[in-house]
Amino acid sequence: MNRFPLWKYVLIGITLVIAFLYTLPNFFGEVPAVQISPVRTTEKVDATLLGQVESSLKAASLGYQGVELAGNSIKVRLASTDLQIKAKDVLQNSLGERYTVALNLVSASPAWLSSIHALPMYLGLDLRGGVHFLLEVDMKAALEKSAIRYQNDFRTELRGDKIRYGAITRAGDAVTVHFATRDQRDAALNKLGTAFTDLVFTPEDQADGFTLTSRLKPQAETKVQEFALQQNITTLRNRVNELGVAEPVIQQQGTSRVVVQLPGVQDTAKAKDILGRTATLEIRMVDEQADPTAVQQGQPPFGDDIVTSRDGGKIAVKKDVVLTGDSITDASPGFDSTSGQAAVHVNLDSKGARIFKDVTRENVGKRMAILLIEKGVAEAITAPVIREEIGGGRVQITGMESAQEASDIALLLRAGALAAPMQIVEERTVGPSMGAENIRKGFHSNLWGFLAVSLFMAIYYRVFGLFSAIALAINGFFLIALLSMLQATLTLPGMAAIALTLGMAIDANVLINERIREELRNGATPQAAIHAGYERAWATILDSNLTTLIAGVALFWLGSGPVRGFAVVLCLGILTSMFSAVTVSRAMVNLTYGRQARLAKVSI
Amino acid sequence: MLEFFPFKKNIPFMSWGKVTTAISLVTFLFAIWALWDKGLNLGVDFTGGTVMEIHAGQPADLQAMRAVLEKTGLTEVSVQNFGTSRDVLIRLPNKGESNAAETSNRVMAALTATNPGLELKRVDFVGPQVGKELYDNGALALLVVAFGIMAYLAIRFEWRFALAGMLANMHDIVIILGVFAFFQWEFTLTVLAGVLAILGYSVNESVVVFDRIRENIRKMRGATIPEIIDDAITRTMSRTIITHGSTQIMVLSMLFFGGEALHNFALALTIGIMFGIYSSVLVASPLLLMFGVKREHFIKPVEKKEEAVV
Repeated sequence: MNRFPLWKYVLIGITLVIAFLYTLPNFFGEVPAVQISPVRTTEKVDATLLGQVESSLKAASLGYQGVELAGNSIKVRLASTDLQIKAKDVLQNSLGERYTVALNLVSASPAWLSSIHALPMYLGLDLRGGVHFLLEVDMKAALEKSAIRYQNDFRTELRGDKIRYGAITRAGDAVTVHFATRDQRDAALNKLGTAFTDLVFTPEDQADGFTLTSRLKPQAETKVQEFALQQNITTLRNRVNELGVAEPVIQQQGTSRVVVQLPGVQDTAKAKDILGRTATLEIRMVDEQADPTAVQQGQPPFGDDIVTSRDGGKIAVKKDVVLTGDSITDASPGFDSTSGQAAVHVNLDSKGARIFKDVTRENVGKRMAILLIEKGVAEAITAPVIREEIGGGRVQITGMESAQEASDIALLLRAGALAAPMQIVEERTVGPSMGAENIRKGFHSNLWGFLAVSLFMAIYYRVFGLFSAIALAINGFFLIALLSMLQATLTLPGMAAIALTLGMAIDANVLINERIREELRNGATPQAAIHAGYERAWATILDSNLTTLIAGVALFWLGSGPVRGFAVVLCLGILTSMFSAVTVSRAMVNLTYGRQARLAKVSI
Repeated sequence: MLEFFPFKKNIPFMSWGKVTTAISLVTFLFAIWALWDKGLNLGVDFTGGTVMEIHAGQPADLQAMRAVLEKTGLTEVSVQNFGTSRDVLIRLPNKGESNAAETSNRVMAALTATNPGLELKRVDFVGPQVGKELYDNGALALLVVAFGIMAYLAIRFEWRFALAGMLANMHDIVIILGVFAFFQWEFTLTVLAGVLAILGYSVNESVVVFDRIRENIRKMRGATIPEIIDDAITRTMSRTIITHGSTQIMVLSMLFFGGEALHNFALALTIGIMFGIYSSVLVASPLLLMFGVKREHFIKPVEKKEEAVV
């Protein structure tokens, strides 16, 4: 009765092998590395850059252990932290400012493990050190900004239709237009109502005249807010790239917040400064009369600036700014309807559209440069030739090599500036020494606790206690393997949860062992006692684990940050413990005692 | 065979009902008084504000640090040692400034000007809005867990069991909170996580006893309900002590090796485990008796089958 069919042993064996394999990377530790990634998300790293990296390292006669292309970055493994810092300096000098070179740690596990996605556990910031920011986007300001844009747009529309109006005022995100007569108001309502479908207009008769008040429709309001959040996230991503952080995390949280996690960043003051900065976009005319050789030598003609274009060439642009990024309301990638070429469609607000119309009419055949200014350095994203007058505020920029480039540029155009101000509402900084200390403390808590519990079990329940202790160790392996596979973030509370689940997991074995003892006391044969012990304890084990699981799920649902890490480990630990404590320990018992038909005595 | 509790006879737990109820009531009232009179010493997670942990090369002069900070216009600063004389903990409340996130930068700038070689180990800044949300979510989580477990027990057993189990465990939670209030230990997010885990964990204990009670009701036909309960508790006693002992070993390991970060978490768990044993045995079961659990709640009366007459 205490025998498993062969397939059960095989299945348990397979799970153990898998668990062992995925736990393995955690034992290899990490080696220092240098990570090279492009500053602009639009650029890609390829084999050419890889060759360049290798040759510059060889030129500096720096020994490295390996170079690999991973995602959109190159990682160079080095033997020591001294070499790491040297390599960083060498590479930063040879590659220039287009790439960020950041210090990083990579797993030292062999390549075959990485190839089956066996990676070490993903450590939270409290264990590896770094900064966590929670930023809140000022949504009221985002709505007000769009209301200001509508104020201008109304003026243009009404003027275009020669409808007379008084003042256009704004209170919060509501825009009110004043009229002298009802007819004027009704005409305006007719005109604006068809032109702006995102708005709700409410006409009102006041004592001193007639008004028309507009407000965003709820779904349009959500769209404005989503757009603001997305644009801020894109901008943040670009800025974080400048910081040279190896593995930044930038994520939306809820409807108005952004989480920024910068592992390994020590200078938090600088990080705060850069996150809070504004990048700008400008449109200027290219100076066609400039002397090309002087431009190449970097001598700007009078009234011009020299900027680098994306292909590395130099262009002279006029100092006068035609438009700034504030005029861009949206930019999206697409295709030119006639030629089928990749293009970027840019929408300008009414003021921007008017200026753009005038400038393009006067400069047909000339080139216009779109500049992105970051860190005080301007770069021409593109400098297309103006073919005709462009009105209506819808601008199409062609000349991109591919649809990918078009979408990258659209992103850059949108990402130039923040759509709405942001504020840091939460900060958690952990110094690197503190992170290492936390790992050590968490590990020791687990190790000593586990040894003490195992020792006690072995003394108290003898062979069955030993099986329980082995099952507990296997539970630990399962848990670590699962955390590594899922790449769930391990935090210090998470490590506490590992300890806690190990302490609670032994409960299942205690229940089983006590049941077996009781059956033996009541006169059952050893085989029958083992069988009954496992069968009867199961219902209780299930009940008691489920209540803890309820607590774990609620914590995951309502918790944040470190508490969530605790909840994840708690839930996973409960699930693995039910398997290891019941099935794995049973397999050990069955293998030892199951074959003996006339078992006279068991060691419990 | 090594056995801690070789009881041959049942221990008459139920006859101690009056004494245990009195003990529970006294500790419970004490906890309520502590919570009401002193209140929880809520950490920065819930109140909002800035906490900084700084490591100095030599023993830190707290008076001088305080003076420097006050000179830079940072009032209401609390500067104290943390663990060792070289580790300093600085707390600053939120004061409705728009650039509250910059506070830690100002503190570091002011301090390093006079004491070079300071190492910033940790900064926690929580804005007032976030603190309030964490507080609300924490309270909500407590309610969700309590009702979730109660619903589970009600489905799995019967409403009397659910109510008795839940009351016994809420009693534990209140006592943990009361002890934290009395000693003014800092109540952080991690401690809250520990409290919730204890809520789930200590219900286990009641579940195991209830399981036995249900089984006994079916098996022990001649026995009275108090006898059945006494038997269930006596038989699970050994398991109760060993299980909780094992968990407590792990928790003690955290208390000794886990450092300051896990200290209060481990304390909350320790109190929870101690009272968990007591309450599930000596609070939940008497309550069950009080609610009037009967044999009929578990054994359906045998239905008389009508035989068809041909």
